[in-house]
Amino acid sequence: MSTLILRTVAPFLTALMLLFSVFVLLRGHNEPGGGFIGGLIAASAFAVHGIANGVAAVRRALRFHPMAVSAFGLVLACLAGLLSVVFAVPFMTGLWIEPTVLGVTVPLSSVMLFDTGVYLVVVGAITSVALALEERDGD
Amino acid sequence: MAATQADLSAALVLTPVPPADWLVVLPVALPLLAGAVLTMLRRSVRLQAALAVPVLALVVLLDALLLAHVHGNGPVTMVMGRWLPPFGIAFTADLAGVLFALAAAVVALAGSVHALADIGDGERRYGFYPFLLLLVAGVTGAFLTGDVFNLYVWFEVLLISSFGLIVLGSEARQIDGAIRYAFLNLVATTLFLVATGYLYGLFGTLNMADIAVKAAERRADLPTMTLAALYLLAFGMKAAAFPVHFWLPASYHTPRVTVSALFAGLLTKVGVYALLRTLVMLFPVEREELSFVIALAGAATMLVGALGALGQSDIRRLLGYTVVSGIGVMLSGLALGSPGGVGGAIFYALHSMVVMTALYMAAGLAGRLSGTFDLNRLGGLHARSAFFSGLSLVLVFAVSGLPPFSGFWPKVMVTKAALDIGAWWLAAAILASGFLTTIAFARLFLLAWWRPAEGDLPAVEMPAGALLPLALLAVLALWFGLFPDALLSAVQSAAQGLADPSAYVRSVFPEVN
Repeated sequence: MSTLILRTVAPFLTALMLLFSVFVLLRGHNEPGGGFIGGLIAASAFAVHGIANGVAAVRRALRFHPMAVSAFGLVLACLAGLLSVVFAVPFMTGLWIEPTVLGVTVPLSSVMLFDTGVYLVVVGAITSVALALEERDGD
Repeated sequence: MAATQADLSAALVLTPVPPADWLVVLPVALPLLAGAVLTMLRRSVRLQAALAVPVLALVVLLDALLLAHVHGNGPVTMVMGRWLPPFGIAFTADLAGVLFALAAAVVALAGSVHALADIGDGERRYGFYPFLLLLVAGVTGAFLTGDVFNLYVWFEVLLISSFGLIVLGSEARQIDGAIRYAFLNLVATTLFLVATGYLYGLFGTLNMADIAVKAAERRADLPTMTLAALYLLAFGMKAAAFPVHFWLPASYHTPRVTVSALFAGLLTKVGVYALLRTLVMLFPVEREELSFVIALAGAATMLVGALGALGQSDIRRLLGYTVVSGIGVMLSGLALGSPGGVGGAIFYALHSMVVMTALYMAAGLAGRLSGTFDLNRLGGLHARSAFFSGLSLVLVFAVSGLPPFSGFWPKVMVTKAALDIGAWWLAAAILASGFLTTIAFARLFLLAWWRPAEGDLPAVEMPAGALLPLALLAVLALWFGLFPDALLSAVQSAAQGLADPSAYVRSVFPEVN
């Protein structure tokens, strides 16, 4: 599988796909997209990287075990829901803050935090499966 | 944000949430969060149990507080994301759900303590405690949710965690058991999903309170019998009812004993709970129509389970068949549908959660002390430890349904409910299966505990960590056998709450009277 062409293109492709996955994640609040689909795109990016440069390279690049990434996403999603306790509103209510950074209003919400959690859960879980399958393939 | 100026009271919950309402969500959110944190800390083997056991103790406490709250004030509802029901997903805790949730948390806590002595570092690194916490989150979510699709989601959560637990150790026969378990459960889950899609197509809502109201109004125009039959089959498979029970004895003896104990206590009972919820609360008229079928399945489940238990020589397989036999008693209660029948089914489910978990733990300990699970070779356990032998005898009596232990009362309730409507054959089946179970367990106790050991028992220490949860659960079985009044009245009001869901509906839709 790992031809010269793929190995040359893979880093650029992976970087682009990861960037695009973040774009899809953020776009998802009001338009088609979101954490789930963004996470799938990011997981495909890691899979491409793995096909080109081997599973070990992906694991090094990720730094954390994919399952830990996934678990961190679940923690974020839970915390996004539990923020509601402080404001005496029902679990998982969307809460907003709109700080102004350099003259631009940036709307941040617990919904986005939750979606980021979903993104990480999907990235971690699917990457973990993909890497396990690629490893088995190499044996 | 222009939207904030509009009148939102028609779409959103605008009153502040009373702190007590959080009791509905926290027993699910807490183990989920802790499970995620423990997955991140998978390499820190020491931290796993140190965090998981206190969290599960806290979940028991939260469930107990919720039970006190619901007992005093009726069902409590919290709607996710502030949207008004039926659009927001509702979590509604009623007495039946909370009783199941509390028993599940107690069983999980006992399992987590038992795991200290049974689950080694390798399996902890593999993720025993995270899976256990996610399993508890899934089971509790299923008991407390007030939305049919959300129930499906919690079924998935508990199913995925149970896949992780069943292959713990990765032995070949475990994979074999896991495949049987996974395949049958996936078929049941798919049926559940198909039925739920159909339900949504017919009613346009997934909120249980909403469905209960709409089903009562529009029953004549809709094919609700089909729905009820589909749910009966899907949840019957989950509960391991005859004739779709065979996955359970084929898989429950393969995982680690702690895992078997947790499965026996938690998984099939979620199926029974879902049957009670859908057939008693949502589709009572259809349940009445199906009652003969359910009663036949219940009687067959009891007898097949008890006969299977008699025929086994591996004590873990014997216990697997006993779990199946208990499901039959619960199905009989469901088939009768009267407050006594449904109350008896709930009581029996709670009893079975505690006692079957404890029995698997006892079997594990017996296996560890003698180095075998084979009844033909076991022996001398009474001479080894009279205390362990006494605990086991309590459990043997409780599972056989003999007084004064917890198995006696629900059997009395269901048998009486059966005789009240003249279903003598069902009562006879309950008594016959109880008799067969007594023989099976008398044989187990005589051979494994009383019979002198053939050779010397291996020099294994009696692990205190495994004995403690066993003793706790045995004390519970004895306590609810001696003082059943509180629980008897609780299960009867829980059964009435299912049969007449007006309080449940009011808690979700306060404006409807």
